[in-house]
Amino acid sequence: MLTALTALLGGLILLALLAVPLARLGVGARIVHGGCLLACLGFAAIALAALAGAEAAPAPLPLGPPWGPMWLGLDALSAWFLLLVGLTGACSALFALGRGGDHPPRVLAAFPLFLAGMALTLLAADALTLLLGFEAMSLASWALVAADHDREENRRAARLYLVFAAFGAACLVPAIGLMAGASGDLAFAALREAPPQGWRAALVLALVVAGAGSKAGLVPLHGWLPLAHPAAPSHVSALMSGAMTKVALYVVARLLLDLAGPAQPLWWGLPLLVLGAASAVLGALRANLEEEGKTLLACSTIENVGLIAIGLGLAACFRAADLGPLAAVAAGGALLHAMNHALFKTLLFLGMGEVGHGAATRRLDRLGGLVHVMPWTAGCMLVGALAAASLPPLSGFAGEWLLLQALLAAWRVGELGFQVLAVALAALAALAAALAAAAMVRMFGLVFLGRFRAPRTAGAQDGPLAARLSLLLPAGLTVLFGLIPGPMLALAEGALRILARADMAGRAGPVVLRLGDGAAAYLPALVALLLLACGGAVWWLVRRRSPAGVAHGPAWDCGFAAAPPHLPFGDPLTQPSPAGLGQPLRRMLGAPLLGATEAVHMPPPGDPSPARLAAGFRDPSFALLLAPLDRLRDAVVAQAERLRGLSIRQALMLPFATLVGLLALIAWLEGGR
Amino acid sequence: MTALAAVITQLLHLALVLAAAPLVVGGVRWLKARMMGRRGPHPLQPLRDLSKLLSKRPVLAENASWISRAAPYAAAGTAVAAVALVPSFARGMAFAPLGDLLLIAGLLAAGRVAMALAGLDVGTAFGGLGAAREMSFAAFAEPALLVAVLSVAILAGTTGLDAAAALFQDGALGLRVSLALALIALLAVAVAENARIPVDNPATHLELTMVHEAMILEASGRHLALWEAAAALRLTLWLALLAALFVPFGTAPAGFAPLAWAVGVLAWVAKMAALCLALAAFESAIAKMRVFRVPEFLGVALLLGVLGAILLFVSTRLA
Amino acid sequence: MRVNSFGTPAYDVAHLLGGGVLLMSFLLLYQRRIGGVINAFAVQGALLAAAAAWQGWVQGAPGLYVTAAIAFAAKAVLIPIALRVLVGRLGQHRAVETALGVGASLLAAILLVGLSVMVVLPVTAGSATPLARVDMTIALSVVLLGMLAMITRRNAISQVVGLLSLENGLILGAVGVVGMPLVVELSTAALVLVLAVVAGVVVFQIRERLDTLDTSILDRHGGEA
Repeated sequence: MLTALTALLGGLILLALLAVPLARLGVGARIVHGGCLLACLGFAAIALAALAGAEAAPAPLPLGPPWGPMWLGLDALSAWFLLLVGLTGACSALFALGRGGDHPPRVLAAFPLFLAGMALTLLAADALTLLLGFEAMSLASWALVAADHDREENRRAARLYLVFAAFGAACLVPAIGLMAGASGDLAFAALREAPPQGWRAALVLALVVAGAGSKAGLVPLHGWLPLAHPAAPSHVSALMSGAMTKVALYVVARLLLDLAGPAQPLWWGLPLLVLGAASAVLGALRANLEEEGKTLLACSTIENVGLIAIGLGLAACFRAADLGPLAAVAAGGALLHAMNHALFKTLLFLGMGEVGHGAATRRLDRLGGLVHVMPWTAGCMLVGALAAASLPPLSGFAGEWLLLQALLAAWRVGELGFQVLAVALAALAALAAALAAAAMVRMFGLVFLGRFRAPRTAGAQDGPLAARLSLLLPAGLTVLFGLIPGPMLALAEGALRILARADMAGRAGPVVLRLGDGAAAYLPALVALLLLACGGAVWWLVRRRSPAGVAHGPAWDCGFAAAPPHLPFGDPLTQPSPAGLGQPLRRMLGAPLLGATEAVHMPPPGDPSPARLAAGFRDPSFALLLAPLDRLRDAVVAQAERLRGLSIRQALMLPFATLVGLLALIAWLEGGR
Repeated sequence: MTALAAVITQLLHLALVLAAAPLVVGGVRWLKARMMGRRGPHPLQPLRDLSKLLSKRPVLAENASWISRAAPYAAAGTAVAAVALVPSFARGMAFAPLGDLLLIAGLLAAGRVAMALAGLDVGTAFGGLGAAREMSFAAFAEPALLVAVLSVAILAGTTGLDAAAALFQDGALGLRVSLALALIALLAVAVAENARIPVDNPATHLELTMVHEAMILEASGRHLALWEAAAALRLTLWLALLAALFVPFGTAPAGFAPLAWAVGVLAWVAKMAALCLALAAFESAIAKMRVFRVPEFLGVALLLGVLGAILLFVSTRLA
Repeated sequence: MRVNSFGTPAYDVAHLLGGGVLLMSFLLLYQRRIGGVINAFAVQGALLAAAAAWQGWVQGAPGLYVTAAIAFAAKAVLIPIALRVLVGRLGQHRAVETALGVGASLLAAILLVGLSVMVVLPVTAGSATPLARVDMTIALSVVLLGMLAMITRRNAISQVVGLLSLENGLILGAVGVVGMPLVVELSTAALVLVLAVVAGVVVFQIRERLDTLDTSILDRHGGEA
């Protein structure tokens, strides 16, 4: 099995190498994306087999650095995330294949590398390989973010992204060094034997949460995400939001819960809980204020990453309090939501890409009414939006149900402070879920419902068959996964045992998710049947009493007069705008949390131009984190500039002093042993 | 036998609740009118309105999509499904294993989303205004709801409605200040979710104040009938939920027991009547609040729920 | 059976009444109109009286019935009426001006409750009955919320109400402790009346001298004789 995985990895790298020459011949896009599709399907199939029981024990690769071979392996945890990457990657590759269009060679080369990086991170069985994969993933995705670099905002996004990627590496490398300790053996098995303790554990926790959390988009390190995800081509955005953030969460789970964690105290989960809750609320709130389709979806990703982080943090806390079954519930919620979010977010990003192709813009104030001209896209996006709004019986609800149940049980940990925190977390998670629903209604309403806001929109069309299929596939999986959370968790049992040291055995049946004997249960298939039966009965009863058909007339609109004939789509100013739909939440929550502002510009009397509403907000992470960093950078640069004025003698002293300092450090370290 | 009894209970429950829904709305309206010194329409007027609307063909706006045609059925379907899960006169209904408080909240949210999408479908100013406000209010109502559920779940050990109601009926828990605070929080959420005064006015068509009505301005004929029916069912559901959790007396136990069922029906009717009276009195006594005070109102509900949970932790710690 | 412990009616009713007093403190903070503030205070006084009477029954201390009667007469009837008359004479029917937003002050209130829980529970561990410990927790919360109400309100009358509600918290704490002599309560109750009188005088003074009840105007006169 490892052979097959290595072959797939090698194939992806080969595709990346061949992409440039193939692109010259004009067949590059088809071959590269077709190859990626096959590789992703292969990953998914192998992961499924591994989850079904055929795990691959870690084995050394014949290549690697001199001090130790690279280890590859596939246990249940990596297999779960590999399945996720395989499914989202397949959908994205299918979309790219179906959509066609011209991709520049550097994009074609980076796409398979991106996939290979994610797969390598998941397959790694030693910390160095993990880092290698993580960095490959970061660099390849950076190239993809920078793909459309003739636009200034994309260049800015790519620069910021690169900075955050470097920051992530700068945190993860020392974290792994600390975990390896003096022995220097980086294989997972060795790391698991010697978990960090004391100040070392605290430092590892901080570094991993900062390093991998910045890649996942946890507040306050989320600043790059709403800029970078939309800047990439749509199928890459889908992969970044759907899969890459999950790979980062996998790194968090692997390092903190598996390798470092079996015997950590209660506070081990707290950073994830607090940052997760902050991400969930801020992300969902920003999604209600954004005015660009893909940026909105990227903010919704921050929200979902936050919810998953809450699940992982709760699992760590429950485990510390010896509440294994509850830890399994929390970890199960996190895993399930990771998978479900990956699929519906892929669907939403691909659909938004489709909208961008059809209507030539993704700005919400230029869209509207697309349900009439893009029925397939609208239908699929509706499924995705309802799942993202966590409505039963779709997949978003199943994961959030488990997460909320875990939060409702968090008082069992017993520490009063933790109990109070759990109440606050439950309230924040519910707030985030409701905000996400509001954001999704706003997104769908602005893009697909209402009247056309620009004439160009009226000419939009659904994509070709393959592109439609690439939307139908995740939509179908979203519906399916919503109905079978029990079997899904049964599949993830091995992963749960790694994360929680307990599983959901006997509580995740074919049709039911149960928390314990006599406790709450969720039976999604029956709920779906009940909904169908109720809806069908209502429909049948109503149709028996009511005359058939509908009449059509002008909109009533409280008696407002119809627009003059030179406005074929009605008066655009009487239709709710993105800023208008966001107004209640901007005033109620945006002003205190995001410093949102709005101002109405009234024309002077006699001027027939309309009044304008100017609304905006400032994400506090920019003001509080990035602005000081900017100042710090300027200060450092100013200091570094002084080096240029040094004489040769002084310049020579610098390397000499460094050398002496390093030797002294070695002497101190060796002496302390 | 138990299975048969469960199915019979479920069917009787559905019939009872569906019959009660228009009466609840009409009754509250009638009581309010009486309290304000008017004669008011007959309590059965909503039923007559429904049958009148059902016999009319809907008029759709020219640019309405299939969302406008499907949303009423989705809203009514989710409302019926949700109301089927909340026990009324007896426990042990066939769908009782489904009756989870979080699921009921999810089903209500689904109905809300259907209504908001319908409001946005035609692209009129009022529809969008109503949808934006409705979803924003929900953002404040859901945390309060969840924290109230938290107190219930801690005391009952489950979010399953049937089991929690059974436990509360036993009376083994005694009087709980946390439950009282959770009750207050749930009352505030119920008022907001059902678009009642002081959050929204169900009788208004004044543009600036309407929330719920604004979204269904374009609906007519059978579609309007479905929206009205869904609203009535939702109000009934909330009152039944409050009755089941906080006034659980007289409910018949699971199993085949016609006599206990009769008692249960009488008790349920009495409870619902009392709740309707209380709602009418509350609505008559209070003025509608400004839209931007609603977050404060629901925020207080949330904080009271949190307070209840904290006091609960304190008292369990002392046990 | 353990008397005064969790799950017995004695405990439950006391807990409920204490919770009611605390709830009224929250409502005091939530109200924007002076009438609402006074009403909430009156209800709090009545609940306090009920709590004192209940404690008297549970502890078998008839002296507490006197406390209850005094509390009811003073807090639920006389002082609210006096305040209403005062408001009527001053023509103060407008909304109370708050220094801190209602939402923020309620959030602060919850944090204060959490703080008092964290303080009282460990401190009283092992030394008192559960009933007394819960009572102390709630009483400390009511005291803190009363202070908060005084801090967050600009209007002199609602500051007075905050002070009186703070004092309610003190009495609630006092009645919960078994064997507290009646003298203390009587003197405390007398103190309240004195305080009320003083407060009334102060209010009139402010009004006469400055023509407003907004105490923020006093800031400028800080340090003056």
